[in-house]
Amino acid sequence: MQLKMRRGELDSAFERKLHGRYHEMAPNVVPMDYTKDPDVKLPMQLIINMPELKENPFKERIVESFSEDGEGSLSFNDFVDMFSVLSEMAPRELKAIYAFKIYDFNTDNFICKADLEKTLNKLTREELTAEEITLVCEKVIEEADMDGDGKLGFADFENMISKAPDFLSTFHIRI
Amino acid sequence: QKNKEENESKEEENCPQQSRASRRKNHRMKRNDGKKGGGERDKKASSKDEKESENKEKKTNMKGKEEENKQKKGRKNSASSNSSNSSDEESLSEEELAMLMEEVEQKKKLISTMRNKPWRMMKKLSVLREAQAFVEKFEGALGKGKGKKLYAYKMMMAKKWVKFKRDFDNFKTQCIPWEMKIKEVESHFGSSVASYFIFLRWMYGVNLVLFGLIFGLVIIPEVLMGMPYGSMPRKTVPRAEQATAMDFSVLWDFEGYIKYSALFYGYYNNQRTIGWLKYRLPMAYFMVGISVFGYSLMVVIRSMARNANESTADGDDDNFVFSWKMFTSWDYLIGNPETADNKFASITTSFKESIVDEQESNKDENIHLRRFLRVLANVLIICCLCGSGYLIYFVVKRSQTFSKMQNAGWYERNEVEIVMSLLGMFCPPLFETIATLENYHPRIGLKWQLGRIFALFLGNLYTFLLALMDDVNEKLAEEDVVKNITRWTLFGHYNSSMENSTATPAPLDPADVPRGPCWETTVGIEIVRLTVSDILVTFVTILVGDFIRACFVRFMNYCWCWDLEAGFPSYAEFDISGNVLGLVFNQGMIWMGSFYAPGLVGINVLRLLTSMYFQCWAVMSSNVPHARVFKASKSNNFYMGLLLLILFLSLLPVAYTIMSLPPSFDCGPFSGKKRMYDVIQETIELDFPLFVAKIFGYVANPGLIIPAILLMVLAIYYLNAVSEAYQRANAELKKKMQLQREEEKNKRNNKASTNSMMQDLEDLLAPSTKSESSPKQAEDKKKDSPNQASPVGKQEKAEVLNSSPIAAGRRAAFIPPPHVLVTRPLTPGTWAPYPQPRQPWPGGRPMGPFPGRGRGQPRYIHPV
Repeated sequence: MQLKMRRGELDSAFERKLHGRYHEMAPNVVPMDYTKDPDVKLPMQLIINMPELKENPFKERIVESFSEDGEGSLSFNDFVDMFSVLSEMAPRELKAIYAFKIYDFNTDNFICKADLEKTLNKLTREELTAEEITLVCEKVIEEADMDGDGKLGFADFENMISKAPDFLSTFHIRI
Repeated sequence: QKNKEENESKEEENCPQQSRASRRKNHRMKRNDGKKGGGERDKKASSKDEKESENKEKKTNMKGKEEENKQKKGRKNSASSNSSNSSDEESLSEEELAMLMEEVEQKKKLISTMRNKPWRMMKKLSVLREAQAFVEKFEGALGKGKGKKLYAYKMMMAKKWVKFKRDFDNFKTQCIPWEMKIKEVESHFGSSVASYFIFLRWMYGVNLVLFGLIFGLVIIPEVLMGMPYGSMPRKTVPRAEQATAMDFSVLWDFEGYIKYSALFYGYYNNQRTIGWLKYRLPMAYFMVGISVFGYSLMVVIRSMARNANESTADGDDDNFVFSWKMFTSWDYLIGNPETADNKFASITTSFKESIVDEQESNKDENIHLRRFLRVLANVLIICCLCGSGYLIYFVVKRSQTFSKMQNAGWYERNEVEIVMSLLGMFCPPLFETIATLENYHPRIGLKWQLGRIFALFLGNLYTFLLALMDDVNEKLAEEDVVKNITRWTLFGHYNSSMENSTATPAPLDPADVPRGPCWETTVGIEIVRLTVSDILVTFVTILVGDFIRACFVRFMNYCWCWDLEAGFPSYAEFDISGNVLGLVFNQGMIWMGSFYAPGLVGINVLRLLTSMYFQCWAVMSSNVPHARVFKASKSNNFYMGLLLLILFLSLLPVAYTIMSLPPSFDCGPFSGKKRMYDVIQETIELDFPLFVAKIFGYVANPGLIIPAILLMVLAIYYLNAVSEAYQRANAELKKKMQLQREEEKNKRNNKASTNSMMQDLEDLLAPSTKSESSPKQAEDKKKDSPNQASPVGKQEKAEVLNSSPIAAGRRAAFIPPPHVLVTRPLTPGTWAPYPQPRQPWPGGRPMGPFPGRGRGQPRYIHPV
């Protein structure tokens, strides 16, 4: 009820569920009553151990992208933010923005070759040879880089991802 | 406390901007101190204020209209950024009303698109609260807001519908048999191996339908309503065989009781109608025999057409193969370690597949040399095929002379089989070795390999059919003799019983009646035997060649002189071509045999079922993926084409025997007729009115059939031409699209994009770039980044530059920005802050790169 009062505007059932999960991770730190809006943050280690994220190769990046301080600890607001972006209802553009952030490992606002290599290594558990990795990264840049600067800006990324048939269905966590 | 707040709010109402400005100044001051704690404290304070105002809001809501004034004040408090708009709402003119309405609409839009904004949750919440308060308040004034409940209901239903659809989809995929198994195989072995299993599953489906057709319309009616076992000679084991009829060795050869069961043609009676249903069994038998072929043809051709459609439908999205694989292949829903392992494997496999494709397309070698090698390889393989064809022909000839000799040894009797299996064993590896000369893409290589082995196996089929025809001719000759004997025996039996007693003669026991050889059952038994032995050979091969080998390699590797896993025996790869061809030829046997052995389809269904589980297990447990995992072609039409060919080939002998050989006189549903198809004429004459027979006669006239065939050929020609034209147009369009894409690329190169989304992104990202602490760098970057072309950005930049002409370096960022507050448009309504994703305040950007300041900016946009 308290939560609902706080922001009944958002999907309150969803939020209550999230609060439950958030509380469950650290019952003695997170209060049940959120009317006072306490300043509580949970460290990344706790959050990436959620079953929803545990198997995700990009879990650290996800949490970092959504944390306000960039260090990986999430306040409840960030937490809600994360799951609402990853929910089914979030629109493609929003998802694209956060996907871009997640794949931008060094947070320089571009997905460069180093980012691509990291992504690829995480996706394949480093089972490709160096040659193959170079080939794939080159191909990705060649395919998606529209402005020819050798790295993917957000415009390139969005253009590419907006045509992807299963981006919406895969970039999605059910909680 | 309430009063106090109200006072405060009134104060603020008087000079909201100023108070805000002072507040902001305070913030700035604190920040410039560099204390993070200050910001924190401030945030807490502000959030507390928020809370209080909100609580109040709620109370007033409950209290109703009397307190509307108070409420308004409270609201104004929270919606202060545009509070002056609502100050004198009592005297609204038409214009203002329109404006208000517009604004309400805007707010509503904002609320509905709130989810889409890439803001921090804090900012979202505060903006949302403001907007909602505003709408709630003025909607009432404008007499709107009744549809709220309906809207909520609609939203709920939409959500439920989405959920239902999702569940239904899940249910549907769960209903596809072995989908998970195949997906697992695919993720480890690639789509080419999976394509075999998909083909196997498809085959199983077709066979299940055939099984239903034959069992439902032929076997079960005969068993239920036909004469019982032992009531007539064709349904009884002859006296001579009765002693051994139940022995396993006899049953294993499909003799004895099995031979005289409903599994084979001979068991069926030629009674025109059976049972109380007056079921016309001979007619049904014939029609089912035909419809097995009809259905198979239809299904094969239909699935070929569908595959062809699919492969052309999504042929144009290969622009982003690698990018999509990179960014959308991981499924964020995965939460199960096993699934995750599979997913990792499948992503790796699919990357490898695409890499192989890419490498193949980039290959540039001496084209003349390659052409020469390919021609050479084909010549070699044609030589091999001709040689083996001649060998088979020679051996078959020889076996015919051997069969006439009485004292032929074991080798002489089995020479054909031995030669055939030797050829089958050594030719495919030989072909594969020769095929390495050609250096094809593995996918195309597989097709060639399939085609070549298929040609080789046709020899197999040919010898089998030849032997069978010999057998049949022999049996037909024998039959004429037996026919007379039977007549004489019966005659003698009745004569003798007449002489002995005056009573009616006891009928001859059915087991004692002399039989004809019943060539149809012989053919059926031959084919069933072949099928069963094929099943056994396949399974034993898998068990020995894959499983035992894998066990040996795995466990003997600890105590062996060389590395078994990497060296000579190593693990087996999954033999796609061999397995597909095995399946195709097996199916050919089934089609050929199902007319003479209705039970054969049942055996085949069992075989496919066990094969599915057994092979899935064998693949996962004892095979290794191919060295070059390659993607299966989108349509597995090549397999289907082979299947169609074998269907046609197996249709020929069956059609020949039905049309031109006389059925046996004492067994099967057509006994006593001259030809099997007479059963149709009989039915038409006896069961249909006269004019149907007449029409049938006209239709069967060659004068009608030949023009019909001609017409069909012409239609095929026309359709073929049309489809070719479409294909050409398709290719043309693809080329155009490619050109357009390149053009777009060039265009983008030239002009910087003005994407408002970029700004939001920048807002989000800017504070996280605090690691690079030099503002100089940040400044440079901003100049480079394309989003600066947007009007807001430009304006802001201009402001910054104006205010600090010496804006280079550190100083630019240190200058306090009071001027920005001044330049902020004061008149409400002239600027609409909400639909615009970014507030024209001095955002975090000029201040952004300060170390240790945190990302506080969006928090303070909600002054209380």
